[in-house]
Amino acid sequence: MSDSAPKKTPLYEEHVKAGAKLIDFGGWLMPVQYSSIVDEHQAVRKNAGVFDISHMGQLIVSGEKAGSWLDEMLTNNVAKLGVGQGHYTFLLNDAGGIIDDLIVYRTAPNEFLLVVNASRTEEDIAWLQKHLPAGVQLRSRSDEYAGLAIQGPHVVEFFHSLFGSDMAPPERNEIRDFVHDSVPLSIARTGYTGEDGFEVFFPAEHAVFVWEEVLRKGGPIGLKPCGLGARDTLRLEMCYPLNGSDLSPEHNPIEAGLGFFVDLKKEKFTGREKLASDKEQGPARKLVPFRMNGKGPPPRPHYAVYQNGERVGEVASGTLSPSLSVGIGMAYVPTAQAKIGMPLEIEIRGQKFPATIEKKPFYKKS
Amino acid sequence: MNVPDDLLYTESHEWIKREGDNIRVGITDHAQAELTDVVFVELPKMDRQVAQKEPTAVVESVKAASDIYAPAKGTVVETNKALDANPALINTDPFGEGWIFVLKIEDASQLDGLKDAAAYREAIG
Repeated sequence: MSDSAPKKTPLYEEHVKAGAKLIDFGGWLMPVQYSSIVDEHQAVRKNAGVFDISHMGQLIVSGEKAGSWLDEMLTNNVAKLGVGQGHYTFLLNDAGGIIDDLIVYRTAPNEFLLVVNASRTEEDIAWLQKHLPAGVQLRSRSDEYAGLAIQGPHVVEFFHSLFGSDMAPPERNEIRDFVHDSVPLSIARTGYTGEDGFEVFFPAEHAVFVWEEVLRKGGPIGLKPCGLGARDTLRLEMCYPLNGSDLSPEHNPIEAGLGFFVDLKKEKFTGREKLASDKEQGPARKLVPFRMNGKGPPPRPHYAVYQNGERVGEVASGTLSPSLSVGIGMAYVPTAQAKIGMPLEIEIRGQKFPATIEKKPFYKKS
Repeated sequence: MNVPDDLLYTESHEWIKREGDNIRVGITDHAQAELTDVVFVELPKMDRQVAQKEPTAVVESVKAASDIYAPAKGTVVETNKALDANPALINTDPFGEGWIFVLKIEDASQLDGLKDAAAYREAIG
C-alpha cells in the first residue's frame, strides 16, 4: 500500500452526489455506505444492488504460453477453462502462503483477464513480472478500466431490460462481450454476495454513463447503490473470505478450507509442495465459521478466541449478520478443535461470550 | 439535523439533560446518523462509579463499536433496559426513548464546559 493520498475511482463524484460515506480501503477512497449497511444488504438479498468495483485490479496475460504459465502460477486448473469461462483461484508464494485470491477468465484462446484485489494489485504484478517467461505478456488495464458488480435475485430481469428479452445472459462463471448504447461491456456472471449477479467491466471513460444507466434501469427492480459495508456483511454470511482479514501470506488455501480451488493433480505450481502435505496430513489450523450463542455484542476482527479456557487465536472476520440478526464470524483454530458444533468463546471488552463452530454458509436462500 | 435547545452537548456527541442532581445521557441525532444501524448497546452496571470522560457505555453499529463517555463524575442510577431488546431506538428516537443512562453527579460545575445547542450546531456544521 502506498503512503500517498488514497486514489479515487472514476465514480468518486457520483458517490459523493449520492451521499455516500467514504473511507480509505486498500489505498482507495471508497463508499462504505449510502443509506445504511442493513438497508443496502437487504436490497441485495431481496432485489438488487450495484457496487463500484473499479478499484479492483484488471490484469491481462497473453501469449502462446500464457495458459501453461498461469497454470504454474495459480492453484486452479487454467487449462480446463474454455474461451469465455472463468474460475476462482489463488496466487501463492513459494511456501504456499496466499498472495492474492482472484478470478481468472480465458477471454481468447491465448488471452486471460485476472481480476485481483485492489490492495494486492501492485504486489501481484511484481510477483508475476518476476516469474514472467519469454513469450508471455503481462499488462495492467486497471487505470483505464472501471467495473460494477450488480447483485441480487432480480438481476436477470435487469439484464433483459438493457439487452432485450431475446438476449441470453452469460452462464455462471461465464464472461461475454456486449454493447449497450455503443459502450463495450464485458459481463461476467460472478459475484461476492451469494446472490445471482453480474460483474461488468468497461473503459473508465464510460463509467459515469454506465453507473447512471444502471441506477435508472435498475429503479423498477428496486436496485440501490451499495457500499463496502454491505459487501462485507453479504460476503461474510456466505463465508466468502476477505483478503487481508481471512487470507494472508501466513495462511494457505487448505487451512482456509478452500481446497476446492486447488488442483493438486497438476504436477507443478508455486506452493504445491506445502499444499499437498497439508492436504495429506491435515493443516495445523483451520479457518472455521462461528455463530454467537444468542444476543450480545457482535464479534469483530482481532478479538481473542478461546477454546477450553485457552487462547487459540483471534477473530479474522466478524459482524452482525443483517439476515440472521446474530453475531457471526470466522477464525483460525487448531485443526483438532475445528469441528462443527464445537464451542468457542470470544472475548469482547474483557468478557467472554459463547459461540459455536458452524457449517458454512451462514445464510441459505429460503 | 435535530438539536433540541433544552439540552447540553459534548464534543464526543453525547447529549445531557439536567434532572435535579442527575443527568440523563444519550447520543445526538448527528451521532446516530453517522453510526446508522445500531445493533447492540452495552449498558453500564447500576451503581457503577465513573469519572468524567470515562467510557461508560458502548454503542455498536454493524461496522464499529463506539464508546459513550460520562460527561461528569458520578454514579449510574438508571440504565435504559429497552435498548437490550431494541437497540435501534437510538436511531429512531435519539433524544427520547433512545436515552442510555442516568448519572447522579457530584459536582455540577463539571458541566460548565459543555456546549449549548447553538454551539453544538456550529460544531457539527
